Amino acid sequence: MTFQDILLMRHELLLSVLMLLILIIDLMLKGESRKSLIPVSLTLFLGVVIIGFLPASEGSIFGGMYKTNGTTLLMKNILNIATLIVFLQSAAWLKKEENNQKLAEFFILILSTLIGMNLMISSGDFLMFYIGLETATIPLAALAAYTHHQTKSAEAGIKLILSSALSSGILLYGISMIYGTTGSVYFTEVAAKWSNEPLNIMAFIFFFSGMAFKISLVPFHLWTADVYEGAPVNVTSYLSVVSKGSAAFVLMTVLYTVFPAMVEHWQTVLYVIAVLTMTIGNLFALRQKNMKRFLAFSSIAQAGFILLGIIGASQLGMTTTIFFVLTYVFTNLAAFGVVSAISNETGKENMDDYNGLYQTNPKLSLLLMLALFSLAGIPPVAGFFGKFFLFASAASQSFYWLVFIAVVNATISLYYYLLPVKAIFINKNENPIPSFKSDVYTRTGLIIAALGTLLIGLLSISYEYIASLSYGLQ
Amino acid sequence: MMTEGIPLEYFLIVSTLMFFIGIFGFLTRKNLITMLMSIELILNSVNINFVAFNSYLYPHQMQGQFYSLIIIAVAAAEAAVAIAIIINIYRNFRSIETDKVDEMKY
Repeated sequence: MTFQDILLMRHELLLSVLMLLILIIDLMLKGESRKSLIPVSLTLFLGVVIIGFLPASEGSIFGGMYKTNGTTLLMKNILNIATLIVFLQSAAWLKKEENNQKLAEFFILILSTLIGMNLMISSGDFLMFYIGLETATIPLAALAAYTHHQTKSAEAGIKLILSSALSSGILLYGISMIYGTTGSVYFTEVAAKWSNEPLNIMAFIFFFSGMAFKISLVPFHLWTADVYEGAPVNVTSYLSVVSKGSAAFVLMTVLYTVFPAMVEHWQTVLYVIAVLTMTIGNLFALRQKNMKRFLAFSSIAQAGFILLGIIGASQLGMTTTIFFVLTYVFTNLAAFGVVSAISNETGKENMDDYNGLYQTNPKLSLLLMLALFSLAGIPPVAGFFGKFFLFASAASQSFYWLVFIAVVNATISLYYYLLPVKAIFINKNENPIPSFKSDVYTRTGLIIAALGTLLIGLLSISYEYIASLSYGLQ
Repeated sequence: MMTEGIPLEYFLIVSTLMFFIGIFGFLTRKNLITMLMSIELILNSVNINFVAFNSYLYPHQMQGQFYSLIIIAVAAAEAAVAIAIIINIYRNFRSIETDKVDEMKY
């Protein structure tokens, strides 16, 4: 292995260096000057994001455990952009006095989960996959318990760590069975020796359950709403966008590269789970009063829609899934950006508090409306195109009933996505949230998310670029 | 080999029992530390699986043993974070019973 080969791990190396740099800079700052860590970390991370876009060579190292190609680079870049927006939106919250002592931890923990997700995306065998998965999960629990003096935050942390540990135990049991029947943990060798015996199918079910937990698919979704409500808003937006997006990417690549021999079986599993996830996510979202819980259940329903892309099991399926995650990143971050701006300013998170918001904060109101329309899939914003292509992917495999159920669910979801819009524009309120002006970071984050929501769907070049890098079953 | 005379099935029966005892314990126990112990049982049953498959079916390579070593290391990291959060729970709620840690529901 030469020096050139090491550079294939560009994303992970840069993030590791950045983590250590932030740790050292943090040591040198005392008292009030600690706040300067925010612009420094943001600038450095912006550099990492930009370097990530430079052209890179393909290849595999560590005997095939780590491999990189155009698709993995694209996925990593999407996650990088999303993380950058999350950082921008959390600056206002991090500046508060109570977080002064633990500023660096926020950046370091998020960056280490990002490294884990990148390793997971690039993994070429189940060992690297597992290490990446745990690196992406364990620091998230610490992040969920970040405001440790709040009971809700501590509760969110313990719920996340215990249920994720259980799910990785189930996933590992599946992997151990896969090892027992195929004699290897390398993706290529497992795929070559795969046979559809009952033991193999059982191993797959165990493996899939573990993954379904990470994407919070029904019936493995019970942790989601509690963790999303208890964690700080910005951690919630990271969980619901970056963590979920990376898990969807990985589930798709593993299904397409390791289990192509049992495509009919996993299509059946995905079919049932997709119907359950969309329906139950929607039904629970209907009755939520807290904006964070509301967005949590909406993100469960969106995860059900993502399965419609994966079920395509072709190049079209992969393209639509990546494209949908891209639109979902911008859309959901726009929604969470508004919720976090309001929560940081006033501490209010309930839907009733949003009554009459349009009179005092028209810009935030319009942005939230745009984001909710995009989540519901109303043209011409990005969410519509994302959903449309997902339906096309499922229809290409003749899953017409699935598409029909998905369309019905999208219609139901329109009702609850319009509830906050109604609260903002129509409901009367004696004391609406007072007018306030966010700082420059929050505004930049919101503008990037809004531009993405508006433009990604209209610029066909984004879809064509993703299609040129996608592949089907291997 | 020390395990001569013991068929592979015996190891698999023990590991399967451990796995489901772990799941059962996780679902029925009310104490957070005991729930963590149940998860350790599950992870150890996976370790037995890996090592047994490795030495009985594929003795010419060592992937299974490496895998179980990594699992042990990751389980330690996981337990460390979990126990730190449990201490935090105790400070906030003055209890580590799951019945008391129920501020958020549905």
